[in-house]
Amino acid sequence: MNIIVQMWRSIFRTGVADSPVHRVFRVVVNFLLHLHPARVSKDGIKLRYTFCLGGLSLFFFIVTAVTGGFLMIYYYPDVDKAYASMKDIDEIVPFGTFMRNLHRWAAHLMVIFVPLHMLRVFLTAAYKPPREFNWVIGVNLLLLTFLLSFTGYLLPWDQLSYWAVTVGTTMAENTPILGAQGPFSVLGPEEDMHFILLGGTTIGQPTLVRFYFAHCVALPGALAGLMALHFWRIRKAGGISRPL
Amino acid sequence: MANKTKEDALLRPKDVYPKEEKVDTWPYLVRKELIAILVFSIVLVVWSLVMNAPLEDLANPSLTPKESKAPWYFVGLQELLVYFDPWLAGVVLPTVILIGLTLIPYIDPDPVKGVGQYAFKKRIFAMFCFIFGFTMWFVLVGVGQYLRGPYWSFYWPWEDMEVAKQVEVTLTNLPLPAGIALIVCFFALGLTIPAAVFKNFYWKAGLVRYYITMTLFMFMMFVPLKMILRQVFHIRYVITTPWFNI
Ligand code: HEM
Repeated sequence: MNIIVQMWRSIFRTGVADSPVHRVFRVVVNFLLHLHPARVSKDGIKLRYTFCLGGLSLFFFIVTAVTGGFLMIYYYPDVDKAYASMKDIDEIVPFGTFMRNLHRWAAHLMVIFVPLHMLRVFLTAAYKPPREFNWVIGVNLLLLTFLLSFTGYLLPWDQLSYWAVTVGTTMAENTPILGAQGPFSVLGPEEDMHFILLGGTTIGQPTLVRFYFAHCVALPGALAGLMALHFWRIRKAGGISRPL
Repeated sequence: MANKTKEDALLRPKDVYPKEEKVDTWPYLVRKELIAILVFSIVLVVWSLVMNAPLEDLANPSLTPKESKAPWYFVGLQELLVYFDPWLAGVVLPTVILIGLTLIPYIDPDPVKGVGQYAFKKRIFAMFCFIFGFTMWFVLVGVGQYLRGPYWSFYWPWEDMEVAKQVEVTLTNLPLPAGIALIVCFFALGLTIPAAVFKNFYWKAGLVRYYITMTLFMFMMFVPLKMILRQVFHIRYVITTPWFNI
């Protein structure tokens, strides 16, 4: 057997021959491709239908996850070390700046593309039965995407991140009933929503660890789990929506 | 007859496994995905080579900057702080937005119209609501991000943000009875007039869907109303009470 063909087979478990059976087989036995059906609706894969927005949201998520892992190796969620470790990443670590840039810009693109994907789904009425619940899952994906980006914003521990997150989290103080400053508040500043969120009355070490855990474990985990459900529901709805 | 179409609309087996024209995923879909990934990999690499992620000075809790902005995707909500108190702009409105988005598939009274097409004419009201809200979110982000300078003063792009702005406008509050009357009228008219004018829509949606839809719609419209009241009539609060202001 040709050595190249042997290597191909060992990795992809299919031959290089082309035939209708091979095409189906290639998708079904491949771990990454098996998310797809073997055959898809012709209208559904038109670029001008989905604009690839959902797929690209997933791509940006994967890029941020991979580059995020790289950053985690060098980053310390400690108020005395966090900023210095960011400086290290930018100035000393090989490819550090590049990885950090990729992480940041891919995150921006994800925050832009997820709402655009939602817009496309709405405009094509793809939330109608039997896809109602997948839309609901989608709304949660949207919220998680914002929260993921927001919690990451604090981690560099510079003036920009500190004050931006101050602006954002101050809102929690104003929650009706459950915030110390909000209308009809019943809780004091040391027991309200804001305190629970920050682990204190101002942003400090407890906040940094909380946001670090949410940003690196809880939120990406929840997002990945919900995405799996999202994709499964697309398959169970009979694939991508199309004119009825 | 009516019963039958209703059931069809709920089950619609033909939608789950419809007869349709299909093509092989490999290569027709896979190659498109690969091209999309390739294009955006290049975009990301180039972007990351020419532009660095910001890193300012070490966080200093005792040094409040002249302007602190939320991350850009939340700046729209921050911009709303001009018009609403924080409990509304930062808590109630985002909650209503999320609830509204979640309910969309359940309040849309038509299970079939426009599926799989960009059919703007078939779903005029639905399209209008979504595009209006979506656009408003991003316009607010744009204003907050690019036109607000130190102390959240408004600057046109050609104005220098270093030059401090004098804010002279004095704002007044509506007297309480007038405010209550305004809000009650606003919501009451919004909930009744469409039912009278668009009878078809009302009967098709049914009472529950109709009231949820119109309540959410009027919440959305309350935002531009509040903006006009403030910018044109210089009214700060519609309702003032010892506990909260609207
Ligand atoms: C992390 C965020 C998300 C990812 C990675 C994602 C991914 C995807 C992908 C890959 C598809 C296949 C079709 C396409 O690419 O358009 C899809 C379809 C869909 N998505 Fe998302 N999505 C996300 C967020 C959302 C949001 C925010 C919504 C709505 C609120 C949503 C609702 C839907 C629905 C209803 C479909 C089925 C569309 C159809 O059959 O035409 N998704 N999603």
